[in-house]
Amino acid sequence: MNIHEYQAKSMFREYGIKVQEGVHCTSVEEALSAYDSLGSSVVAVKSQIHAGGRGKGTLFDPDSGEEIMQGGVKIAFSRDDVEKYATGISGNLLVTKQTGPEGKIVSNMYVESGCSIAHEYYLAVLVDRDSKSVLVMASTEGGMDIEEVAERTPEAIHKIWADPATGISEEDASGLASSLGLSGSSADEMAGMLASLYELFMERDCSMIEINPLVRTEEGGMVALDAKVSFDENADFRHPWRDELRDLSEEEEVEIRANELGLSYVKLDGNIGCLVNGAGLAMASMDVIKLYGGEPANFLDIGGGATKESITAAFEIILEDSSVKGILVNIFGGIIRCDMVARSVIEASEEIGLNVPLVVRFSGTNHAEGKSVLDESGMAVHTTSTLSEGARKIVELIGGGI
Amino acid sequence: MSIWINDDSKVLIQGITGRQGTFHGIRMSRYKTKIVGGVTPGKGGQTVDLDGLQAPVFDTMSEAISETGAEVSVIYVPAKFAAGAIVDAAESFQAAGGGLVVCITEGIPTLDMVKAVAIVDSCPDVRLIGPNCPGIISPGEDGGCKVGIMPAFIHEKGRIGIVSKSGTLTYEAVAQTMSVGEGQTTCVGIGGDPVNGTGFIDCLSAFEDDPETEAVVMIGEIGGSAEEEAAEWVAANMTKPVVGFVAGSTAPPGKRMGHAGAIISGGKGTAAEKFAAFEEAGIYVARDPSEIGKVLVRALVDAGLREP
Repeated sequence: MNIHEYQAKSMFREYGIKVQEGVHCTSVEEALSAYDSLGSSVVAVKSQIHAGGRGKGTLFDPDSGEEIMQGGVKIAFSRDDVEKYATGISGNLLVTKQTGPEGKIVSNMYVESGCSIAHEYYLAVLVDRDSKSVLVMASTEGGMDIEEVAERTPEAIHKIWADPATGISEEDASGLASSLGLSGSSADEMAGMLASLYELFMERDCSMIEINPLVRTEEGGMVALDAKVSFDENADFRHPWRDELRDLSEEEEVEIRANELGLSYVKLDGNIGCLVNGAGLAMASMDVIKLYGGEPANFLDIGGGATKESITAAFEIILEDSSVKGILVNIFGGIIRCDMVARSVIEASEEIGLNVPLVVRFSGTNHAEGKSVLDESGMAVHTTSTLSEGARKIVELIGGGI
Repeated sequence: MSIWINDDSKVLIQGITGRQGTFHGIRMSRYKTKIVGGVTPGKGGQTVDLDGLQAPVFDTMSEAISETGAEVSVIYVPAKFAAGAIVDAAESFQAAGGGLVVCITEGIPTLDMVKAVAIVDSCPDVRLIGPNCPGIISPGEDGGCKVGIMPAFIHEKGRIGIVSKSGTLTYEAVAQTMSVGEGQTTCVGIGGDPVNGTGFIDCLSAFEDDPETEAVVMIGEIGGSAEEEAAEWVAANMTKPVVGFVAGSTAPPGKRMGHAGAIISGGKGTAAEKFAAFEEAGIYVARDPSEIGKVLVRALVDAGLREP
C-alpha cells in the first residue's frame, strides 16, 4: 500500500525527521491560502499522485487531451505563480514515466516552503531479500533515478544493514554519513535521521521508505524534500490507522474488489482471460498462452480457499473486461476439487450468460469427476488435461496463434 | 533415501486444534506420516482425532518435543501468530538437538519474518522451510512422509528431486515427472515470500548429496535474484542434471503477482534474466511447464542415466 507525499511527511514529523513546512490542498483557492499562511517567498507546488517521476511529467486536460503544462512539481516565486501552477495541476491528468500513457488525475496538491539547497542526496530504507534484513541505501547523486545511478556509477551507492535484533548501529550510521561526505552537524543530523527512519520503518511495518532528494541546506541541516512510503499489507491487521491514509482512487477498483473476495487479480493488455489456482501456475498459464501466440488479459489466482461464490465473482471480473475474447480455466486440484470448480463454472456461465469460448484444463484432485460434470452439462466447453493443450486450444478458438 | 525427512520422521503439528491443522493433519496421517502430536497453547492435555489417530496436544513445543522425540514440525497457525510459532519451534528444536520447521502459513508480515529468520539462523541445527509454501514430501513405498498441504496421491517414490517457489506449479512439476515414468525422492516448496528460510541452493546442495536423487527440477518465479544465484551455484557445484522453469515471463513490471515476493522492481527480477542465467549455467530449460517431463528425459539421457 502506497501513501501520498503529504501523508508520508506528516508521519516524518511525528518521528522527528526534518521536513519543510507544507499544506495539503485540493483546490487553487486552498493553494493560495496555503501560500499566504506559509510566509515563504519561494514555495513548491507539488502534484500528489502515487507514481514517481512527477517533476518530469506532463499535465493534460483530461477532456480535450490538450497539453497544459510541463512538470508536475513547480517552484513558485510569487502568489501569481502559485495560482498559475495550481490551476495547471488541479484536476488535470498527469502523465509520468511511471503512470503509463493513461496518466493519473491529480486531486491532491502539496504546497511547501522552499529551502536553500547545498547538495541533494538519495536515501532509501527497504527489506533486502538477499541478506534477509533491513537495508539502508544512500547516494550522493540525489534527485536522480536510482536505477540509473546503480547502472552508471554503482560505486556512488553506499549501503548499511540493520541487525534484526538491535537495529542500525551508531558506527554504521556515522560511517554512512561520512561516506556521503557529510561532517559536523550535518553528519550528526544524518545519523539521527537514520535512527528515526528505522524506528518508523519497523513500527509502521513499511516495505519501503524512499527520500529523493534528501537535501543538505546551506545552513547544514538535513531535510527530506520528498517522501515516498509504502506499507507491507500483510501487516494491515495491526495497523487499523492505514484505512484513513488509503487513497482508493489510486488503486484499480477491480483489483480492490477481487482482493476483498480473496482473489488476486491484475489486469493485462491481452484478450484471453485466465482463471487459475495458485500464483505461480497463474503466471505460468499467462506465459504459455503467450508462448503459443496469444495474449493474456489478466493474472488471476483464485487462491487455495476458493468457493463457488468467489469463482463466480472471478468469472464476472474477467468478463467485465470488454477485450476478453476467450477464457482459459487452469486448475491443478490440491485442496480445491476439480468437480467443485466444474459446478461453479457451469453456474457462473449460466448466471452471467457466457458468450466467449471457454477451455478448461483439470488436473489433480477429482479431475476426472470435474471433466464428467462439464461433459454432462451440455455446455460449450473444451476440456484438456495439460496446460499446453489448453493454451493452444483457446488461442486457436479465438482465431489467433501459431 | 530422501532429503531432510523420511518414512520414520516424527512430526508435530503446530496449530493442530485449528481447522487447517486438523484438516491437513488427517491427510498427512492417512499418507502414513508419523504424526506424534501437536501444539496449541492453552489446549495441552487434550487429544485431536486424526481419522482414528488420537494425537496428543501440548502447550509448548519444548514440552511436545521432549514427550514425543519429534524432529519435524509443521505450522498451520494464523499469520498473526506464525512468526512466534516459528521462533518457538526453532528454539525448542535447537535445545533438543535440532529439527526441521515447515511453515505453511501465508500472509506473515515481512518484518516478522526478518526477525524470525534471524533467530532461526542462530540455531545451527534447525532448518526452516517456508513460509507461504505447500511444504515438503518424500513419497515412500506405501504412503510416505508428507509435511504440508500438497495432494499426496499425485506423487510416487522415485529418483527426481523437485524444488519450487510456487505451490500448484510444484504439483505441475510432479505430474510432469510422472508423465514420463519418473517418481520423486523429495519435493520441497520453498515459498514465494520475500524473506523465507530454506532457499534453492540449500535444496540443490542436499539433492546433490543424496545418493538416490538423479536429477533435479527447479521452478522459480519473477522477483529477487535467488534463481540467478542458484544458477551460479549449479554451474560451480552440481554434477547432477537440473531442469528449470521460471514463471512470470508475461508479468508486467511493478505489479505484485499474487506472491508477496513475485514482483519485478526497478527492472530487476525478470523471467528473461532468470532463464538466461539458467541457460548460462547449463540448466535444461523448459519454456512451457507442460514440457518439463520431456526436457527431464533429455537431461537424464544426456547424463547417461537412461536409455535414449
